[in-house]
Amino acid sequence: MKFTSLLASAAVALGLATGAVAEDKTKVGFVFVGPVGDGGWTYEHNKGRLAVEEEFGDKVETVFVESVPEGPDAERVMTQMALEGADLIFTTSFGYMDPTINVAKKFPDVKFEHATGYKTADNVSVYSARFYEGRAVQGHIAGKMTKSNTIGYIGSYPIPEVIRGINSAYIHAKKVNPDVEFKIVWAYTWFDPAKEADAASVLIEQGADVILQHTDSTAPQAAAQEAGNVITFGQASDMSEYAPMPRVSSIIDNWAPYYIARTQAVMDGSWETVNTWDGIAQGMVEIGEISDAVPADVKEEALAMKAAMADGSYHAFTGPLKKQDGSDWLAEGETADDGTLAGMNFYVEGLEGEIPQ
Amino acid sequence: MLEKRPQPSKAWSYATPLVAVLATMLFGGVLFAILGKNPIEAIGTIFWDPLFGEFSFYYRPQLLVKGAPLVLIAIGLSLGFRAGIWNIGAEGQYIMGAIFGAGAGLAFYPLDAWYIFPIMVIAGAFGGWIWATIPAFLKVRFGTNEILVSLMLVYVAEQMLASVSLGLLKNPEGFGFPGSRNFQSYDSGHNAELIAGSGMHWGVVAAFIAVIFAYVLLNRHILGFHIRLTGEAPRAAKFAGVNPARLILFCLGLSGALAGLAGMFEVSGPSGVVSIDFNVGYGFTAIIVAFLGRLHPVGILLAGGLMALTYIGGEIAQSQLGLPAAAIQVFQGMLLFFLLAFDLLTNYRIRAARSEVA
Repeated sequence: MKFTSLLASAAVALGLATGAVAEDKTKVGFVFVGPVGDGGWTYEHNKGRLAVEEEFGDKVETVFVESVPEGPDAERVMTQMALEGADLIFTTSFGYMDPTINVAKKFPDVKFEHATGYKTADNVSVYSARFYEGRAVQGHIAGKMTKSNTIGYIGSYPIPEVIRGINSAYIHAKKVNPDVEFKIVWAYTWFDPAKEADAASVLIEQGADVILQHTDSTAPQAAAQEAGNVITFGQASDMSEYAPMPRVSSIIDNWAPYYIARTQAVMDGSWETVNTWDGIAQGMVEIGEISDAVPADVKEEALAMKAAMADGSYHAFTGPLKKQDGSDWLAEGETADDGTLAGMNFYVEGLEGEIPQ
Repeated sequence: MLEKRPQPSKAWSYATPLVAVLATMLFGGVLFAILGKNPIEAIGTIFWDPLFGEFSFYYRPQLLVKGAPLVLIAIGLSLGFRAGIWNIGAEGQYIMGAIFGAGAGLAFYPLDAWYIFPIMVIAGAFGGWIWATIPAFLKVRFGTNEILVSLMLVYVAEQMLASVSLGLLKNPEGFGFPGSRNFQSYDSGHNAELIAGSGMHWGVVAAFIAVIFAYVLLNRHILGFHIRLTGEAPRAAKFAGVNPARLILFCLGLSGALAGLAGMFEVSGPSGVVSIDFNVGYGFTAIIVAFLGRLHPVGILLAGGLMALTYIGGEIAQSQLGLPAAAIQVFQGMLLFFLLAFDLLTNYRIRAARSEVA
């Protein structure tokens, strides 16, 4: 009896001790738009969080809230994290932009990092990845491998981010296969397995034998597998459970290096507002393993292109390029500037259909 | 064995919400324990911290912000539910109210005038009303099922929301990104807090007014009597001269208008922008709130507060204790489940089974 009470008080004392240590820890909060088990967007951000924990061990404490709707709920979750002593908060969806700015105003000593937005402040940085570089590699493989010359593309929302990806994939598919045609379906969702599966089926019925997706679920992969002889690419996450067919490669978002670097900056007191847009070179965008379903020469070319983008010798948007309406965009050898890319709201020449408004 | 009561038990009808809450705490605690968390700490975090915890100065106003749309919508729904008119599509009416309200406000941008906000209020109510009147009209005219039509219109409204976020109402200074201008930086159309930091905005005021209005309507007005009569004794209602078509149009229209108001107050205040993901399920959660509150105005007020508490407390539990979001949703689902389960005791009583000779 006495012994157990002794143990209990020891446990209490220990608890107090760890509580005291916690004061010195750097607390990092993450606000997620989906569940951490979504297998795509949020899953990769959560992997970044775990990498931060692994890197800093006892020196860091991470907290997260998942499936936070964009809007006032997000604002409350961020405020709550700041109140509870977070030093750095990553808000990982575009729709968190205004809430992040609002909360950052109230907590000038807390650093905020907002993914894929464009509003910065003294204590708010923005970061995003150049996913379009990965799309260039996908476009190349798709153009080489399609037999029906029809490539299906599942778009989420007609926003610059997605349009950039479509253009990049199309340019590189067209380059290796002048007969190629893109069929684009807008799903108006980031994550909805049922809708994504429908979109994939429609595209396959229309003759597409390559499906590119800008939505996060693996439903299109499953639909392609069922149809047979259709290839796909993993999105946001590797989706390697569908390799080697239909998934022949993927774009992987790797946030870990950035999250570790920014956490380190807060610890050192060297944190500054930045506007980060990193790609393959910095490792924020990774190309998932190209499977054996892809012929060796195509794989080699794809990897060469990846290497060229990594060392900066090749830009995914290099002229001569025209806009869809036939007007000139980039002259021979000219590359697109980031401002145009960030707000891209036009198709390049050759793509059919209109961007929904 | 169960035996039907000759009269529904009054005591149980009041007790079931409390028993349901207690049962939810108990089984929720078991769930949290299975997930490896201290159940008492988890329940405490959810129910205690927002009200009396260290940072309750921030959470208490947030309860108003989170609860107000739930109460406003649930009050409207409860009137129809009492009369057996099932508006399941409040989520869509909420969206349309936001679109109409925000659209009316943005049409004046950047004009600075006192009358803009009142116009937005009227437009928001109209948007919700018209969206709810569609199923009402179809039911009256063609006898369609209002449950299906109102529910399906939610998905139509969601598509319209995406469309206006990307087109008609898109912020021209938003670099091509979806979403409207932010009302928080447009004073004439901003549903600001009436006292800074109090959480009190016009939507909260409207919710309280709706509670009082519904109470008076149900207890002091012939229309309220007709609503209750239609639900409790449809044949008697017919003899009392209740016009079912008018009642359907009124109940659906009013619940739509209130849901529309909720959407308008949300978009012009706490949310600030019309965006693709503007709606977060208030219209559906309000159905739970309406039943949890026994379809009674005061009950709904309390139920709305309780629901807001589980949302806010649930988020605190997520970040402090690492509970998954799904566990919190299951916890909220249990509340309705137990409420319906214990409702059985209002109409039935348990008696020890004994063998009887036929």
